[in-house]
Amino acid sequence: MRDLPSTIEETQKLLLEKKLTVVELVDAYLANISKLNPELNAVLTVAQEEAYQSAKRTDSLISQLGEKIKGDYPLFGAVAAYKDLFLTKGIRTTAGSKVLESYAPAYSATVVKKLENAGVISLAKTNCDAWAHGASGENSDYGPTKNPVNKAYVPGGSSSGSAVAVAAKMSLFATGTDTGGSIRQPANFTGTVGLKPTYGAVSRYGIVAMASSLDSVGHITNSVGDSRKIFAVTEGEDGKDATVASAVFKKPNAKLRIGIPKEYFIAGIDSEVSDAVKAAAKVFEKEGIELTEVSLPHTKYAISVYYIIQPAEVSSNLGRYDGVRFGNGRESFGAEAKRRIMLGTYVLSAGYYDAYYLKAMKVRSKIIEDFENAFAKVDAIIAPVSPTPAFKLGEKADDPLQMYLADILTVPADLAGIPGLAVPSGLNKKGLPLGFQLMGPRFSENTLFALGELYEEKTK
Amino acid sequence: MSKLSEKDILHVANLAKLTLSGEEIKKYQRQLSEVVGYVDELNEVETEGVEPTSQTTGLMDVLREDEIKKEDCLSSEEALSGTDRTSNNYFVTTPLLGERGEK
Repeated sequence: MRDLPSTIEETQKLLLEKKLTVVELVDAYLANISKLNPELNAVLTVAQEEAYQSAKRTDSLISQLGEKIKGDYPLFGAVAAYKDLFLTKGIRTTAGSKVLESYAPAYSATVVKKLENAGVISLAKTNCDAWAHGASGENSDYGPTKNPVNKAYVPGGSSSGSAVAVAAKMSLFATGTDTGGSIRQPANFTGTVGLKPTYGAVSRYGIVAMASSLDSVGHITNSVGDSRKIFAVTEGEDGKDATVASAVFKKPNAKLRIGIPKEYFIAGIDSEVSDAVKAAAKVFEKEGIELTEVSLPHTKYAISVYYIIQPAEVSSNLGRYDGVRFGNGRESFGAEAKRRIMLGTYVLSAGYYDAYYLKAMKVRSKIIEDFENAFAKVDAIIAPVSPTPAFKLGEKADDPLQMYLADILTVPADLAGIPGLAVPSGLNKKGLPLGFQLMGPRFSENTLFALGELYEEKTK
Repeated sequence: MSKLSEKDILHVANLAKLTLSGEEIKKYQRQLSEVVGYVDELNEVETEGVEPTSQTTGLMDVLREDEIKKEDCLSSEEALSGTDRTSNNYFVTTPLLGERGEK
């Protein structure tokens, strides 16, 4: 089999030059899934028939329209896998949980529809920590996903299967959700690009809810350019999610300044991880971008705020699963879902609400204020994504608190509702991926893309 | 001493409609106590006069016309497609309220 193209641009070029058909692309991705998935466990369901149907349709559109196909179908021929939280009409959607073991939705998520309307070929549904609860992929009721870089290591989570599908070329790109780092961290662990958009930039309609004040809908790709192209399709109002406003996405400033937050380079951060981020910052500095130290003093409290607010909202969102209208009953919840439902119910229960939930919402305001102060001085912030590179399967599985602490560098962006872009930057001594994240003010995605693209170009 | 007692765990499980085994009760008592103990660090933060944040969009009362859009409607067949337990186009569920005198 020929080497699969790794970007949308390369794919479309080959298709337009008739060096490849969309049907052949689907053949190739399916062959990779058959070959690699038994070991990696990244894909839960394959929509083979549907994928071939839309591949044939796209092939005939390419013949009819030629170059003009880009107008109405900017993502034509791009093969996608969806985190199994995204409803896909008639195709099983499990959320990684046995509760939804045989659930076939009656409608598709807005993002799925928008992507399909833009010419995307929907191929597969990806494994994830059940209900998106996890930072390692090990909480899936369908078994853990393995990191293709080294199978003894976790791929990160909760968008575990999505990151692996992209890294192992089982699809060109994959969707994910980021509530506390669930797109950026698996992207970081697998050497892919992960976008967590601004809260409210992309509709959550038709996506299994985790924590409603935090859930952000994004994607994992092989390049920053692809991330930008996909975001241009997924963002915007659909009339079905009241948090999505018709946003004005700012153009990047002509002269950019990047902040380095000292609280993200503290004890406990692996030295190879922090060195990689500093090296990336140097690349920007060399291009005339000013680096400044900034301070986000409440960073250390972000985990505590997150592990109050998030389980509280989880307990409320998972209240609907009673096995009456669809799915199995509550006895089918796995250990981590039960743990979070219990924790959330506790912090919301009479007598504890003020001490925990209200307090957490107030400290959340302080975290947001930190970012506002920083963004008064800089256009973006560069930071590590996770304190360590990928860890070994089983290493943290029995210690929930240790697992929760792994989210420390990603949850602040979710609490503040700001965008974050995880970009890979090579490998450590053990051969595990390293990288960094760029965070910016709300709706500053264009700045993050511009910086990410600049980095990719200068380090090619 | 544990932050949460066994009684707390049983109370919370009951509120959340979860049935726990004896082993799970012990495990969650330990794990939840640990997490709740950790998040107590928030008491260090001075929040006098700070407004709580419940969401970050800054939007309020987002409204639209209340109109029926055909493409967004499910047929009763589609709406019922997630379960085998239906009767005359209704979902079948267990009774919430019993007869007088029943528990």
